[in-house]
Amino acid sequence: MHEGTKYKIERFCKDSLLHLFLIAVAVTCIFPLLWMVGSALKTQQTVFSDMSIIPRHPLWSNFYHAWTKGNFGIYFLNSIFYTVTVVFGIVVVSSLAAFAFSRLQFPGKNVIFYMFLIAMMIPLPGSFVPLYVLMTKLHLVNTRIGYILCMINVGLSFSIYLLKTFFDKMPHALEDASRIDGCSKLGIWWHVALPLARPAIAVIVIFNSLNVWNEYILATLIFSSKSLMPLQRGLMIFQGTHITEYPLLMAGMAITTLPIILVYLLMQKHIIKGITAGTIVG
Amino acid sequence: MRTKSTIENYLFVLPAVLIFSIFYIYPFYKVFTLALCQWDGIAQFSFAKSFIGLRNFKELLMQDRVWWQAMTQAGYITLIALTFQNALALALALACDRDIKGANIYRVIFYIPPVLSGVVVGLVWRWIYDGNYGLLNYWLQNIGLSHLITDWLSNPKTALTSVAVIHCWKGFGWGFIIFLAGLQTIPRQLYEAAKVDGANSWQMFKKVTIPLMVPVFILVSILTILGTMQVFVLILSMTGGGPGYHTEVPVTRILASMVGSSRFGYACSQSIIFGAILMAVSFIQIRLSKYMRQA
Repeated sequence: MHEGTKYKIERFCKDSLLHLFLIAVAVTCIFPLLWMVGSALKTQQTVFSDMSIIPRHPLWSNFYHAWTKGNFGIYFLNSIFYTVTVVFGIVVVSSLAAFAFSRLQFPGKNVIFYMFLIAMMIPLPGSFVPLYVLMTKLHLVNTRIGYILCMINVGLSFSIYLLKTFFDKMPHALEDASRIDGCSKLGIWWHVALPLARPAIAVIVIFNSLNVWNEYILATLIFSSKSLMPLQRGLMIFQGTHITEYPLLMAGMAITTLPIILVYLLMQKHIIKGITAGTIVG
Repeated sequence: MRTKSTIENYLFVLPAVLIFSIFYIYPFYKVFTLALCQWDGIAQFSFAKSFIGLRNFKELLMQDRVWWQAMTQAGYITLIALTFQNALALALALACDRDIKGANIYRVIFYIPPVLSGVVVGLVWRWIYDGNYGLLNYWLQNIGLSHLITDWLSNPKTALTSVAVIHCWKGFGWGFIIFLAGLQTIPRQLYEAAKVDGANSWQMFKKVTIPLMVPVFILVSILTILGTMQVFVLILSMTGGGPGYHTEVPVTRILASMVGSSRFGYACSQSIIFGAILMAVSFIQIRLSKYMRQA
């Protein structure tokens, strides 16, 4: 009995110390975001002097001004548009290819598949230079479609790999049954393969959404009209032209961050799974 | 009938191959041709007219001091990430691997910085680091450390380290998730067996945890090196490479060659050299780890 209490006390002390450490780190993770939102609610004067996290008179109108005057409304809608179209494109293109690599026969199949694999492993920093040259040549600079195609390519290899390994593990029985029922290959892809691959597709959708939403450098090189730019680019533009308007900048950043945090909190289980899967590939 | 079916099969991979060829293979090939040329990105490009042989490479390897300064600085950030960031990630993973209450909540919170964009992270911290109105200096003054107050991102002595710390802040959550996943694959019976044999927790850590985690350590360190060496969005949004060249890294130099001085060929030669260095580093590390596993 005495031993037991001693053990319990020891364990309690150890756990408290651990919690203290974990909580301290957790606070540093969240604090900058709180500071960002807090600064977004201050006035142009108080933002430099009021050091409270949440100001006494929060100025919600900053968000409205950022949205309209700061152009963040346009940037926001652009970001949504790019994210949706790119992710949709990646899912369709990569699932068609992965389905073929896993289930169909054609000469050169392995060579083509390994090409995608190798592309994932060769680091090509500064690939934006030739990509920009290509965009100019194809007259795709400052167009939505140019940016969308570039970004589809960015997510393609990983998605094909992930879906192919997933399809490989799927039982053939359902497909055979639908083939006997007269289903075409495209029909099998649509009616059998895609619905069964839902967990893998979820990972692809989430990861590529985060990636497109946060992408900066291609958006910088490709777009010169403000009406086409996504949020990350818009933030840097705003920061460059209204350098001292911190409350509006912080409001713009909060507008940029909020959707990401929401999606992350809703989908965190898939995200954790995806990181582990993604690392094993890389 | 047979050929018709084969053509049909090709159609499935056609969109992927088409996009991949145009947006990956062609640029890949283009890097190597442009690297041999002098071209400003505006004039009509003709390989014969702008061909200058290996002169870009010669200049880069022999004369470009700023480039190698940028390389060293990226190396410095990488070193900090490898030691400091990964040690923190491992410590947190070990803490969460015990059946501690709320482990899941911690896990969710620690992965918040990695999902944020480099631009947002850079701009928030720039505001906190600000020399005149920043929160950091305000706090330092309040706790009586006013001698430490400085303009963190404009002072050449502190700028690079300040950026490196934020890079670690953004990245440790990722290392934590991988370490935790690795720790959880270690069978619990091993720990129980060690306990029966009278091992204390330090001995268990040294004899059970560490040896089984070696592959995970290697994986995380390779990915940390590759990721950190290529960092640049954070730099663009925090310092833009300044003060002077004190926070320049290779990718910001490539961007400067391209956008700043319109030397597309030179930018491509920088890309190639940098890519080759990265490949070499990961290759050496894979070899080393194989060697270590045999020993």
